[in-house]
Amino acid sequence: MKIDFTVNGNPQTVDVPENMPLLWVIRDVLDMKGTKFGCGQAACGSCTIHIDGDAVRSCSFAAQYAQNKHITTIEGLSTAEKLHPVQQAWIEEIVPQCGYCQPGFMMSVANLLDKIPNPTDEEIDDYITNICRCGTYYRMRKAIHRAVQLK
Amino acid sequence: MKKKTVNRRGFILKTGVGLGVLLGVGVIACGPLRRTSAQKVDEGPPGYKNEYEAFIWFELQQDGSIILHSPKVEMGQGIFTALAQIAADELEMDFKNIKVVHATTAHGPIDSLSTGGSLTVSSLYQPLRELAATMREMIKMNAATIMGVSANTLTVKNGEVIGTNAKLSFAEIATKSTNWNLKIKESVLKSPKDFTVIGKPLPRIDLVPKVKGETLYGIDSTFPDMLFGSVVRPPVFGAIFKSAEVGNASNMPGVVKVVIEKDFAGVVAKSRVQAEDAKKALKINWGMPKKLVKQADVDALVKVGVGKDVKIQKEGNTDILKGEGTITREYFSPLGVHGHIEPNGAAAHFQGDKVVIKMSTQVASITRDEVSKALKLDKENVDIQSQFLGGGFGRRLQTPHAIEAALMSKAVGKPVHVFFERTEEFQNGVLRPPTHNILKAKLDANGTIEAIEHHTASADVAFNSSILANVFKPLSASLAEGIVGADFGAWRGGMIHYKNIKNYSTTAYHKELPFQTSWWRGLGLLANTFAIESFMDELAHQSKQDPLAFRLKHLADDERGQSIKNVLKAACEKAGWGKSLPEGRGIGLACSIDVNTPVAQVAEVEIKNGQIKVKKVTCAIDPGIIINPDGVKAQSEGAIIMGLSATLFEEVTIKDGKVIPNAFGYYPIAYMRDAPEIEVILLSSGDKPRGVGEPPIGPIGAAIANAVFNLTGKRLNKIPLQMDIS
Repeated sequence: MKIDFTVNGNPQTVDVPENMPLLWVIRDVLDMKGTKFGCGQAACGSCTIHIDGDAVRSCSFAAQYAQNKHITTIEGLSTAEKLHPVQQAWIEEIVPQCGYCQPGFMMSVANLLDKIPNPTDEEIDDYITNICRCGTYYRMRKAIHRAVQLK
Repeated sequence: MKKKTVNRRGFILKTGVGLGVLLGVGVIACGPLRRTSAQKVDEGPPGYKNEYEAFIWFELQQDGSIILHSPKVEMGQGIFTALAQIAADELEMDFKNIKVVHATTAHGPIDSLSTGGSLTVSSLYQPLRELAATMREMIKMNAATIMGVSANTLTVKNGEVIGTNAKLSFAEIATKSTNWNLKIKESVLKSPKDFTVIGKPLPRIDLVPKVKGETLYGIDSTFPDMLFGSVVRPPVFGAIFKSAEVGNASNMPGVVKVVIEKDFAGVVAKSRVQAEDAKKALKINWGMPKKLVKQADVDALVKVGVGKDVKIQKEGNTDILKGEGTITREYFSPLGVHGHIEPNGAAAHFQGDKVVIKMSTQVASITRDEVSKALKLDKENVDIQSQFLGGGFGRRLQTPHAIEAALMSKAVGKPVHVFFERTEEFQNGVLRPPTHNILKAKLDANGTIEAIEHHTASADVAFNSSILANVFKPLSASLAEGIVGADFGAWRGGMIHYKNIKNYSTTAYHKELPFQTSWWRGLGLLANTFAIESFMDELAHQSKQDPLAFRLKHLADDERGQSIKNVLKAACEKAGWGKSLPEGRGIGLACSIDVNTPVAQVAEVEIKNGQIKVKKVTCAIDPGIIINPDGVKAQSEGAIIMGLSATLFEEVTIKDGKVIPNAFGYYPIAYMRDAPEIEVILLSSGDKPRGVGEPPIGPIGAAIANAVFNLTGKRLNKIPLQMDIS
């Protein structure tokens, strides 16, 4: 099936099985490796991207539904000149350890801040339900509050 | 003397990585000797022999930067940063100009065992300093040649070699050098008081690429023209592959080939989805076990008194621990999974008599040996190229999937990427074994422990592991067991460290389960400390003593005992031990010592709707010389949260040969909402770095359970801790 959409502002056309998860379109067809596979069941959030401004777990989003959508991945979160405030805060708080889940977290957090510019701790807890096995949550929370200041 | 040019890996420096023999091999041990071995293992983790070759490379680049080829892998623990800091100090250059990469098995020997056991920094600190000093001297010698002066007149600072009248940058030296003297050996090292890079909380060197999503992990590996493979894995424990019928699989969309090997079958296709779809069409003939494993079987096997028992610690006589006045308690922890977010897998490119494999592995050289054996290839022709690991935690110490990828690539004549689905990680990975602990003690009239006994039962951790086989090569595992006594992974953290007690002993019981169990961050440390430190807390309360004072009085005044006292005092002081707490809050304390690194933690908890909520953890750790304080704090925070997750939530059980649950979400791992505030206090005693990655996972379980007791008066003896809300 031929599908048209934009990724990080660039128009893309792919010809893939309609049920192929969008994650594999991004990773294997478009060869953008920043979006990660963790569970394939929308349970861990490593594959989080933005589709038309919403945070979506791309491992469980069939490619056919991406038709005409605007997709943002971790590679498109910052511009060439400037890091996204969430990424800047992540650097200032030295958040990542293994780093594998972090793109998914930063995409989720960026989307949270788009929707709730200054979230309370409770709102952070409710909204950010990705899994980090290295246990970087404590620094992430500090980084989220810092990102609010940087925005 | 060899002549090499700098831009072709000119500097190939070799040095033995001095890991040190910790266990006497070849001696069939009697009891006391075996306990001595056990003691040594406890103080510095197990048998990493020095007979193999382990090398590190430095490469000076034309721009003056240096590439350090790490024999150990980066799985989040921050070793690339620590190694660069150690090297930068002796190299007298800017830390930012050192790039660390993973060594690959074909381009020089790498660590022949594993990355694990909290050993990287402690084992590489000294050899890496010597190596960096040698490298610096080589650069200086070449500068002397270029400048036409004696090397004695030169000094090295900030990436420059400085003479009385002139100076040369490393970049200029790299560009102008044609010969390199590889026979220099420098062993005069800086005094720690002159360190300028070691000890600084520098941001980790992999920070920015990880934040930008640029870091490549094993699963991100590609080759040109790569295909995707999927393997059918056994549906239940004990099922053995017999044969496979292709069925309709070969006609399905995108399928390139159905691969049927001696011990597995799978599909290679143009996309992952197509490979996974087609694999479901294969009909596998499994040799099924006579009886499917049940949880009750596991519970019956892992039990104090069942299986091989070995006394790993004995002082005085604990015969008084019977009859009236004997306090006996038991503790349990369940089967668990590693929960690394990056699934295991491998991308293999087989060509002629060679194979290149890119993957996440904690055992690159063992993986190489296994692939070499399975595919009958020379070891030199198997290149394992380690990538960044999306978590390790011990799960990447078993890597048979490298063989699957290599065989599938061979079968189709193209590169193939194979990886585990998440459900397969649960069912077909390796599990953290369960534990059962019994502690007995008697207190005298003054509330002093007269005698204490610890009995710890678990399944395979180090045993049944390719690492053990390599350590004890060429001895068999049973002989190894004779020497080591018990599975040293399982009883890690199981020793009684309260040496002011006159009579104490620890006995380890080991039983193999009918499925694979193995290493998990800290091995037995979390469960054993949960048992010992919950028990200590209970003894303190029974005799109406303060838990801190009770611990302090039972610790010896020797260096080891003192180091534990120091972290206990530091953590309690910072946490305000003894302060009045807000309504509804409890506080608990625990400590442990692992790979010589003592850790104490104070946890504060609340209970809401029957759920234990950890609000704050104060941690004091003394890892010796600290290479990067921020790195030690990060590892402590991570270990606390991983340990909290295991303590409060995680458990799998076995039903009819299957692991239940087998998915994230159903297997509860701590989320953001579960993470407490964490404060880490760093102490630094001694003149060497000790381990950091695992020690801080030790006390957290007991600290939480003790805080729950403080709040509710209830003792919880079973991980995951659950309040009875009835």
